[in-house]
Amino acid sequence: MAESEDVKVLGAWMSPFVMRARIALNLKKVDYEFIAETMHPKSELLLKSNPVYKKIPVLFHKGNPICESLIIVQYIDETWTSVHPILPADPYDRAIARFWAAYIDDTWNPEVRKYSMANTDEERAVVAEKTFAGVQLLEEAFQTCGKGGNWFGGDALGYLDIALGSYLAWIRVTEKMSGLKILDGDKFPQLTAWADRFCAEEAVKGVMPETDKLLEFAAAMIARMKAASSAK
Amino acid sequence: MGSDLPEKGLVLLSSWPSMFGIRGVIALEEKGLEYEYREEHLGNKSATLLRLNPIHKKVPVLVHDGRPICESLIILQYIDETWPGADGAPCFLPADPFARSQARFWADFIDKKVYDAGTRLWKMKGEEHAEAKKEFIESMKLLEGELGEKPYFGGETFGFVDIALVSYACWFHTYDVTGGLNMEAELPKLMAWVKRCKERESVSKALPDPLKIYDFLLSLKKRYGIE
Repeated sequence: MAESEDVKVLGAWMSPFVMRARIALNLKKVDYEFIAETMHPKSELLLKSNPVYKKIPVLFHKGNPICESLIIVQYIDETWTSVHPILPADPYDRAIARFWAAYIDDTWNPEVRKYSMANTDEERAVVAEKTFAGVQLLEEAFQTCGKGGNWFGGDALGYLDIALGSYLAWIRVTEKMSGLKILDGDKFPQLTAWADRFCAEEAVKGVMPETDKLLEFAAAMIARMKAASSAK
Repeated sequence: MGSDLPEKGLVLLSSWPSMFGIRGVIALEEKGLEYEYREEHLGNKSATLLRLNPIHKKVPVLVHDGRPICESLIILQYIDETWPGADGAPCFLPADPFARSQARFWADFIDKKVYDAGTRLWKMKGEEHAEAKKEFIESMKLLEGELGEKPYFGGETFGFVDIALVSYACWFHTYDVTGGLNMEAELPKLMAWVKRCKERESVSKALPDPLKIYDFLLSLKKRYGIE
């Protein structure tokens, strides 16, 4: 085990972004302290350590705060270099991994999230179509990036696995709430098998939320959001 | 489908007013690399662009030995990692992991905040415009604070965040006009930094005339019927 160098993660159990930081630290076998963020209201620590966005996760190392989950993962990879490389070694593979992680965060996930806020069947159908188109792209990306291995990272779990895998609990929740089968084993066999593999990983198991607990949380959150938007 | 791209070498697909494409030019020039520049007309995108970047259909795209790299900050890192500093020539990103994380953070901030608020300065009216103006200045002031007394965001050396932000410099005049701003007055340290960066050949080559950018915006607004 790497010696504790005062590593802390400020976060919350339901956040996929927080999960990324924790999975990366677990892969590197780095001990860390998990500080649960209060959220409502936001803690002094959060406001002080991430004044720009006021969001979790924040990684603390040697007293320095690092923000933005994918930046945190890269920091972890570049700091603890002797164990389990996370980014691919080759610059082109790295560029591709970064591209797909950005696609997942900036394009695909925002689309998937629209489902719960959709009000009509038409709206839901549009979101569903875009969601599936994205999964198809990711199924293809898995084959290109994975090069025959079990992971997007090839033979070992890597950056893109973390980027997408951290959303799996939320994907399952969306499946339960919508009745849509997003990770359909018939349509997307590679990704479906990968998802099970990811969730079974030692570095992931302890930090992946239980679907039912997350479902309860999601239902309450959506109810709050719908109430707020109809109150306008 | 025949490929009109060379098997070996570098091609940058870009569009002259694009701050994202300008980043690619600066990076390639900084590294002293030979490359072919191809102008894309964004109202009429080439088949090559659509094939190389089917998901976003955007510039810039860097093609290296026939393989595409998309997204400007990813392109910057690819160039930096593929042609790392030699003979003491510094890299865009610093060596220290924490400093790197900060550089990535601010480059990401620029794209999240400056681009969005800047665009709203010319797109929006009324209250939304006022909001955009406030956000734009706040974001730029935060960046100016981050620069501090350093010659560059990278410290003594021109680096990642410098490239990420100076690419917007040709748009500052447009933001001034559309935003009713005076960036020179409000952000003196930042504007001094812009001048400093422009002394570099890579930057002066990459940045188009700000007045041409403003003309471009006017024609863009006309084409899309934005008042």
